[in-house]
Amino acid sequence: MDPPTELLTEQEAAVYDRQIRVWGVDAQRKLSKARVLVVGMSGVIAETCKNIVLAGVGSLTLVDDSKLTLEASAANFLIQFDELEGQGITLAEACAASLRDYNPMVQVKAEAGSIQNKPDSFFGNFDAIILGRSSISLRKHVNELCRKQGHRIGFYSVDCRGTCGSLFVDLKSHSYVSKRAKDDKDARHELTYPSLEEALSVPWKSFPKRTSKLLFALRCLEDFEHAEGRQPGHVSSQDLPALLAFWKSACEAQKVAENLVSEPLFQRLLGSGSSELPPVCAILGGIVGQELIKAMSGKGEPLRNYFFFDAADGKGIIEMVAPK
Amino acid sequence: MAMSDSGELSQQMYVNDVQKEKVLMVGAGGIGCELLKTLVLTGFKHIHLIDMDTIEVSNLNRQFLFRKSHVGQSKAKVAREAVLKFRPGVEIVAHHANVKNQEFDIDFFKQFSVVLNGLDNLDARRHVNRMCLAAGVPLVESGTTGYLGQVTVHIKGRTECYECQPKPAPKSYPVCTITSTPSKLIHCIVWAKELALAKLFGDKGQVSDLDVRSTSNEDNAVSNDPDEAEFFEVRSGESNRSYAERVFNRIFGQNIVTALQNEDTWKARRRPDPLFLDKVLTEEDAATQNNASSNDGTVSAMASLNLKNPQEIWSVKDNARVFLESIRLFLEKRSKDVGKIVFDKDDQLAVEFVTAAANLRAHSFGIPMQSVFEAKGMAGNIIHAIATTNAIIAGLIVLEALKLLSNRTEECRMTYCVEHPSGKMLLMPVEMAEPNPRCYVCSETPLVLELNTATATMREVIEKVVKRKLGVTDPVIMQGATLLHEAGEDIEEDMVAYYRALLDKKFVDYPTPITTGVVLTVEDYHQDFRCSLHVKHRDTFDEEKEPEGMVLTGDLASLNTTETAAAPTPALDAPSKAENGHAEEEEEDENVVMVEPAPKAATAGTKRKLENEETHPTEKRLRASEAVPVEV
Ligand SMILES: [Zn+2]
Repeated sequence: MDPPTELLTEQEAAVYDRQIRVWGVDAQRKLSKARVLVVGMSGVIAETCKNIVLAGVGSLTLVDDSKLTLEASAANFLIQFDELEGQGITLAEACAASLRDYNPMVQVKAEAGSIQNKPDSFFGNFDAIILGRSSISLRKHVNELCRKQGHRIGFYSVDCRGTCGSLFVDLKSHSYVSKRAKDDKDARHELTYPSLEEALSVPWKSFPKRTSKLLFALRCLEDFEHAEGRQPGHVSSQDLPALLAFWKSACEAQKVAENLVSEPLFQRLLGSGSSELPPVCAILGGIVGQELIKAMSGKGEPLRNYFFFDAADGKGIIEMVAPK
Repeated sequence: MAMSDSGELSQQMYVNDVQKEKVLMVGAGGIGCELLKTLVLTGFKHIHLIDMDTIEVSNLNRQFLFRKSHVGQSKAKVAREAVLKFRPGVEIVAHHANVKNQEFDIDFFKQFSVVLNGLDNLDARRHVNRMCLAAGVPLVESGTTGYLGQVTVHIKGRTECYECQPKPAPKSYPVCTITSTPSKLIHCIVWAKELALAKLFGDKGQVSDLDVRSTSNEDNAVSNDPDEAEFFEVRSGESNRSYAERVFNRIFGQNIVTALQNEDTWKARRRPDPLFLDKVLTEEDAATQNNASSNDGTVSAMASLNLKNPQEIWSVKDNARVFLESIRLFLEKRSKDVGKIVFDKDDQLAVEFVTAAANLRAHSFGIPMQSVFEAKGMAGNIIHAIATTNAIIAGLIVLEALKLLSNRTEECRMTYCVEHPSGKMLLMPVEMAEPNPRCYVCSETPLVLELNTATATMREVIEKVVKRKLGVTDPVIMQGATLLHEAGEDIEEDMVAYYRALLDKKFVDYPTPITTGVVLTVEDYHQDFRCSLHVKHRDTFDEEKEPEGMVLTGDLASLNTTETAAAPTPALDAPSKAENGHAEEEEEDENVVMVEPAPKAATAGTKRKLENEETHPTEKRLRASEAVPVEV
């Protein structure tokens, strides 16, 4: 049994009126208790933060100690232009200031320091963690820490590579309410999620034929960056021959045909380098935002467990990747 | 597939492309704020933005360019200022104006490479569609409701226009359902706001009738009881409280008793229970309450009765107390508004009155009651809106604009954003449909207008057909080369008198009688809209199904037959909301009308099926201003 309904304040009722009509007061109350951590203030993370702050999460903590540069503001509208001149303010601090302004009812703070150096206990302070562009090893590490905590921590990792975007979700186990089609009554559902490690271990050969090409292309690119000792996104068109060779051996190891991914897709991913296409950030940030809202409020069916978007064909595709 | 396979869509290339382009955005609301942000981030440098609205508190959960301190200011202007803070070098021209204004003429539209709509109403969408067709500028159209959204591209001659397919008409209900036999809460809400509220506090000149009537005698829907009008006046020496009680007993009690006498009506229906105050409230319940204003000074029956939770469903007793208290407050605290009240979702007292009246009626008829929050949503046609869907839709609009501007129109798609994945797809692109050759907006299809030429007048045709069905704002009507009607400001005085003389003349009495075979031309210079109406005489019309006494169809073939059953053309049957007197809907920034059911996954990427929606005959109906439900 849920506790008796707490009333929303007059201000909450007025500002959140239109969305309460979508997900209800109960969901809004749960959302307003969620503590969210985001790491890496990229364009897609800026979009995500805007969406969840407007929706009214309880608190949002930003981690990104990097400096304000023109490049950092390319797809990030949370950075005011005049701040670029200023010294001594971090990207997280600049973004937090804008977000507080969007919705004074949400506690937004910038957490200093690098995510790699945070003690394990730090992660226990949150109900959801969203990683922006980050190495595959950091993602696995944080995902494992999330799964070890006493309470459920929703894990999201999201990245926009030029015209392409991807999202991974691990809610461990999740129960939610949704309306049944036959009688419009609320029904409870249970979902389980594989960890990132488990999802990555699924052999390529076992994937259905129509699986999104982006899944394979992005994995190959990330493994390539890791093997070459690059920062994620630090690639260019000149890497194409090396990447294709890397792809060839990956296909041999996985026992799949090389034409699983076409060369132009690799060209396009490499050509984007570290840049993000703003409309793709908006789309991806919208999806992450709504997924987080569903997970934190327990209302509506969250996606399981990958989402891919490619501006070239305009498709937004969900893939379920789990060991058999 | 140039874009997917050759990597053409690299950041450098398109940014250089779009910097030179000039684009027009119509709407700075939910989609508009997101769109403006995404456009400037993408590199657009010359943007015109039109929006006539001002900022409201309920916008703040998604229109992220606005703050509480901006409430009441122009959306277009504040949005411009907010965006310049993160992209100072961009040229944004903000127009705080109605897109239908004369200043936005065809030449104005012609200066843009593309027009991007983030609009909230059918009427403005139709107008912009026509302006884009006239100016030959491609249009990207969009809409959202809740988790659902849609983006379409309209290119003159290449794809269907916005009006090629019928749009679901605002939901309406037969008069008898509202006055006599409600079966859903929405029927009671329509009754409460269109009849009860209007009768007690609205314009007395407007006829409305609160009596429960039988279904068999619809003519009685408008009361001709001379005592009835007087009954709802406050009598001399009567306290406001006694007046409220008298009204209660009449509309929830005596009227139901009267209706029950008509046995035929209730043969196959549950009989309603009359409600009389002495059975609902005890003397203590009825005692007057405390203070009559809430914290911010709004007059509210809930505040004076200490009912705090808008989500709570009141007991019958509380509904009765709110009903009585809201009448008292109207008479005592809002006396200057009495006689002119029209339902407005932002009028707290009107919302409370409508909720209580609808719930009491619902209770009588065995219909479950609702909270004031839900009733307000139903009565005010409040569209469910969230930031995330708007952000996604804005991103999709920009992607379509990029394809249009780099001449990759063959790659343009119509995209659905769905709540539950269809197949594996959450964002589902489908190919755009071709123009509908029978569309009266983007093709030259003539229309047939059937009416009784012995009784019909120009005034009726203008109101019922030209404005309501064709969506024309300032019509010019001609018979051959002879002007019969012209609207606008700069018309010669003698012509004004001439047109006025014709306005109420029967068609057969015209200098050249307007009868079967006559072709009337309807034009709107501003919209560059033109169509022909082929007149056809018919003696009688079905009062039930054709209450307007005229029928407009799009099929020329019927001209050659003598007797044709009235067959309304779907595309013509979507009156705009503005014309139904529901100005409050215009305040919403997203629009449910736009969203159509998404096709199944199997059809994605292939041609969209052209589904002709079934339309209802234009029955005598009351508009419910209820959001059209969308199922995906
Ligand atoms: Zn058309």
